[in-house]
Amino acid sequence: MEELPIRTGNDVVRVRQQVRAVAAESGLSLVDQTKLVTAASELARNALVHGGGGMARVDVVTSGAGKPGVRIGFTDDGPGIADVDQALTDGWTSGGGLGLGLSGARRLVDEFELNSKPGSGTSVVVVKWSR
Amino acid sequence: MERVPILKIGKTLFVSIQIDLQDESVMQLQEDLAEELAGTGAHGVIIDITAVEIVDSFIGRMLATIGSISRLFDAETVLVGMRPAVAITLTELGLSLRGVRTALNAEKGLALLNGSA
Repeated sequence: MEELPIRTGNDVVRVRQQVRAVAAESGLSLVDQTKLVTAASELARNALVHGGGGMARVDVVTSGAGKPGVRIGFTDDGPGIADVDQALTDGWTSGGGLGLGLSGARRLVDEFELNSKPGSGTSVVVVKWSR
Repeated sequence: MERVPILKIGKTLFVSIQIDLQDESVMQLQEDLAEELAGTGAHGVIIDITAVEIVDSFIGRMLATIGSISRLFDAETVLVGMRPAVAITLTELGLSLRGVRTALNAEKGLALLNGSA
């Protein structure tokens, strides 16, 4: 659908707004919209802070059972994550934060897929289905 | 970057967040509040987040930090007006906002600060 750049703090806000608009349009409940937008905010910030900037792509998708949902893909060309399991642990942080960004974002969505290798950037795809 | 205004009413600083918060705005608010607390000797801070649609881990951490900073200036911080969807999401995210007091609305927050709640 639409590719959004993540280069500044203001871009993170724009990603949140776009996700909110698409989630509302797809019929997600207010709580589910809020969860998805919050997860998007965490992942967009990760792409900016740890990935040195990246892109977000927001799509409306349909499940096998015909339910609508919203899928967001984040990509960056940053240094990548050496230990993905460790990065997904509550409280583990590469510096400064609470270590809840990645692990918390995973809890807030229905599907979460992270691909990363040191030196080849990181991609995260999340989906939230309407109930 | 948009800036969040701080109002002083009596011994209380009142902050109502009406913008879509970007990280820089929250950090700026933290600095501005510390300056105001040092300059005015206010004893309480009320942060109204009625209009805030999401609080993620960064914003949450900054709000908690504002609470800690206020205490160093002998001031108490009360977070008021959290939306139900935000409360549910924050809890699931794993953020407890320990150290920050909360109240349902600004009126109750003020009563809490004045010891009459």
